Amino acid sequence: MNINLTINGKSYSQDVEPRLLLIHFLRDVAGLTGTHTGCETSLCGACTVELNGKAIKSCSMFAVQANGADIVTIEGLATDGKLDPMQEAFWNEHGLQCGFCTPGMIMASKQILDRNPSPTEDEIRHGLEGNVCRCTGYQHIVNAVKAAAAGAGK
Amino acid sequence: MATTTVKTETFVGKRIRRREDPRLITGTATYVEDIQMPGMHYAVIVRSPHAAARIRSINTKQAEAAPGVVSVFTGKDTKGVGAVPCGIVMPDLRVPPHTILATDRVYFVGHPVAVVVARDRYLARDAADLIEVDYEVLPAVADPEKALAKGAPAVHPQWPDNVAFTYHQDGGNIDKAFAEADVVVKQRITSQRLVPMAMETRGVVAEWRGADRQLNLYTSTQIPHLVRTLVAGMLGLEENRMRVIAPEVGGGFGSKLNVYAEEALMGYVSMKIHKPVKWIESRRENFTCTIHGRGHVDYYEVAAKRDGTILGIKLKLIQDVGAYHQLLTPLIPQLSVLMMPGIYNTQNIRADIVGVFTNCVPTDAYRGAGRPEATHGIERMVDLLAAELKMDPAEIRFKNFVTKDNFPYPTATGLTYDSGDYAAPLKKALDLVGYVKLRQEQADLRKQGKYMGIGISTYGEICAIGPSPATPAGGWESATVKIEPSGKVTIMTGACPHGQGEETTFAQIAADELGVGLDDILVIRGDTAVVQYGIGTFGSRATAVGGTALYYALQDLKAKIIKFGAMLLESEDVSLVGGQVIDNKSGKSKAFQEIAGAAYRALKLPPNTEPGLMATRFWEPPNFTFPFGAHIVVSDIDNETGQIKIRRYVAVDDCGNILNPLIVDGQVHGGVAQGLGQALWEQAVYDDNGQLITGELMDYAVPRAHLMPWIESHHTCTPSPVNPLGVKGVGEAGTIGCSPAVVNSVVDALSPLGVKHIDMPLTPEKIWKILATKH
Repeated sequence: MNINLTINGKSYSQDVEPRLLLIHFLRDVAGLTGTHTGCETSLCGACTVELNGKAIKSCSMFAVQANGADIVTIEGLATDGKLDPMQEAFWNEHGLQCGFCTPGMIMASKQILDRNPSPTEDEIRHGLEGNVCRCTGYQHIVNAVKAAAAGAGK
Repeated sequence: MATTTVKTETFVGKRIRRREDPRLITGTATYVEDIQMPGMHYAVIVRSPHAAARIRSINTKQAEAAPGVVSVFTGKDTKGVGAVPCGIVMPDLRVPPHTILATDRVYFVGHPVAVVVARDRYLARDAADLIEVDYEVLPAVADPEKALAKGAPAVHPQWPDNVAFTYHQDGGNIDKAFAEADVVVKQRITSQRLVPMAMETRGVVAEWRGADRQLNLYTSTQIPHLVRTLVAGMLGLEENRMRVIAPEVGGGFGSKLNVYAEEALMGYVSMKIHKPVKWIESRRENFTCTIHGRGHVDYYEVAAKRDGTILGIKLKLIQDVGAYHQLLTPLIPQLSVLMMPGIYNTQNIRADIVGVFTNCVPTDAYRGAGRPEATHGIERMVDLLAAELKMDPAEIRFKNFVTKDNFPYPTATGLTYDSGDYAAPLKKALDLVGYVKLRQEQADLRKQGKYMGIGISTYGEICAIGPSPATPAGGWESATVKIEPSGKVTIMTGACPHGQGEETTFAQIAADELGVGLDDILVIRGDTAVVQYGIGTFGSRATAVGGTALYYALQDLKAKIIKFGAMLLESEDVSLVGGQVIDNKSGKSKAFQEIAGAAYRALKLPPNTEPGLMATRFWEPPNFTFPFGAHIVVSDIDNETGQIKIRRYVAVDDCGNILNPLIVDGQVHGGVAQGLGQALWEQAVYDDNGQLITGELMDYAVPRAHLMPWIESHHTCTPSPVNPLGVKGVGEAGTIGCSPAVVNSVVDALSPLGVKHIDMPLTPEKIWKILATKH
């Protein structure tokens, strides 16, 4: 099947097998390996990307279902070498260790602030429920989201 | 010869954000799965669905004919490959032959049986489904105590009693201690099997370059050099013809401190098909085929005087081995025995370990590796003793601590604790949590039928693993420092950090020693073709051992820089300060950069000095280090649901000097999360047929953000005398200190109901049942 979609502002037109997962389109076809496969069962959130403005798990969607969609991946956040405030906050607050969950975690965190610019700690934690991190115990990630929210409010 | 300003900024001890992060937060880091090569093929492994079965036949014909498939290999093909290694040598250790693919029998669910290689990952998976294996299913046993019972199915037919090894250790006079005791408390305590669950599953890319007789192996590992030595041996390849690269590694926690069948198997496949081949473990495979941790059933007895003085400790430890020994399997429970007295002053111990084969995936090192089990045991036993004697759990600990004037302290298990002040973190934690007030509140709440508990854990641990005589593969670590002609500094560490942040902390050490900026320094790790032989990252060792190797390499270079500086300044009275060599008399100076250039240009050399600025050190630690601390958990029990709400989590850890508090906080938080996971939620459950019924993230409850309490992390600081940095290690502290604090808290909460012990995990169901029967 031929699909057309936009990833990080760039247009892709490609013949794909109907069964190709979106995560594999992003990684193997578009060569955007920043989005990671953690479980292939939508339980860990490592593959989270933004699709038409909403955070979705790209392992649980077929590429053909993304036909016509506008997708942003972790590679699309920094512009002209300037980090997105959420990336900067994860860096400043030590919101990552091994880094494997980080791209998905940053995409999910951005979504939390998109929906609610000044979330409470509890709201941040519930917003991150679908993303597993095995390294940080989440505390520095929560701090990062708080810091990004505070920065955006200035 | 200008006099420049002296750099005074120092970096050690500061909260410096990590230098490895830019690639990780932008999605530009390279993990194994991200590697692409021309002509690369994909491997999918066919695995046993049965825990025990005889293989009658394997039919690969359909798979071989499937689209895109280039090869299928079974155990018959790989017979020439050496066994998956067990690195432990001990008397009477039974080591079953561990072939990389099953031959005539399978021993656990997930046992690799065949590998399918195709040009595309989807086609390889399709073809894997076409392989027909005819199994004759045999009785299995998945529980170590059941495996020891008479008439149990034999995991390995040649050893019908399922005993994999035994180990005995006596210290002091245990019989006398128990004879003199006023009181003896006994308890069976389990530390359940856990799944390490690194976010990145394992994965291997093997690239055989036949003309060069060179195998490049990219693997997600904590120990690239040891993998090279051992996998080269398995494949019959000369060690110098193999290059192992651990690219970005997405978490390990001990699960990648190993040598796995798949690493040799992918090397074999690439050498056969003369193409690069990639295998990425699925999450399901990660649950069923990567090592598990813990798996203890412990029987404790503690003898004490009526005043609370502990006289002796007995431990019968049943270790669930699984079907095979992986690299360190039999060593892990021995670490528990070493740690069994905790930080208490008793010289009498007796330990008996029996390692038991079961039809399960092998157990091996998982964060803490033997020390969480031991700490859980002794910390539960101390609380049981306190309850028996009606003493306060804090008071009984203060009474039994090794006191700070007793270091170095020889333990009953043969260790020498380096330094410590065990009362200090407990005092601090009690103050922080407001212990006295909390006890009053607890009494008030109990009158209202509400259950709140305060749990204390005062732990010690064994870090900086470790002196070579005490380790199976050498316990030293290496570092090379090169000062380039431009004055830029390149560090190559034999450790293999994978999230612990040594690209930052090692740069901090070097920047302060040399007086240069952090941006002048690059830290390289994880490539055996670039980095001198090293041991790796595990056992809270990278900074304490690898950082010390770096420290001494830096001292060598500093001496050489001073020689060149003195030559250039034509003075004998010089010092290296702030990135320049200064003539102490005239105040004239030579910048670091100019000296580096002169050392390589070599127009003139100081006496008996070679050109260049490079130093390598292999540092052998004289002892382990022994961090310690106190964790206090305050929990509230929901009487209706059995939910445990953690109100406060106070951690006071003493890991010696701290190089970067931001990174240390992160290590404590992550460690506590894994400890809480064990205490409250996680458990690898095999049914009686050996099926892993918690084999996915849907069924295995790892901590998630909304479940975690806020961790109040504090420190005391007792530098280690073992290394010049005074550091001890902190990677495993959180995990080791955590679980008994949680369980002690919940048992304390429910003690009015007569509850004395609950085995982990403390699921709401378990607590609800207790409340339903006793409340």
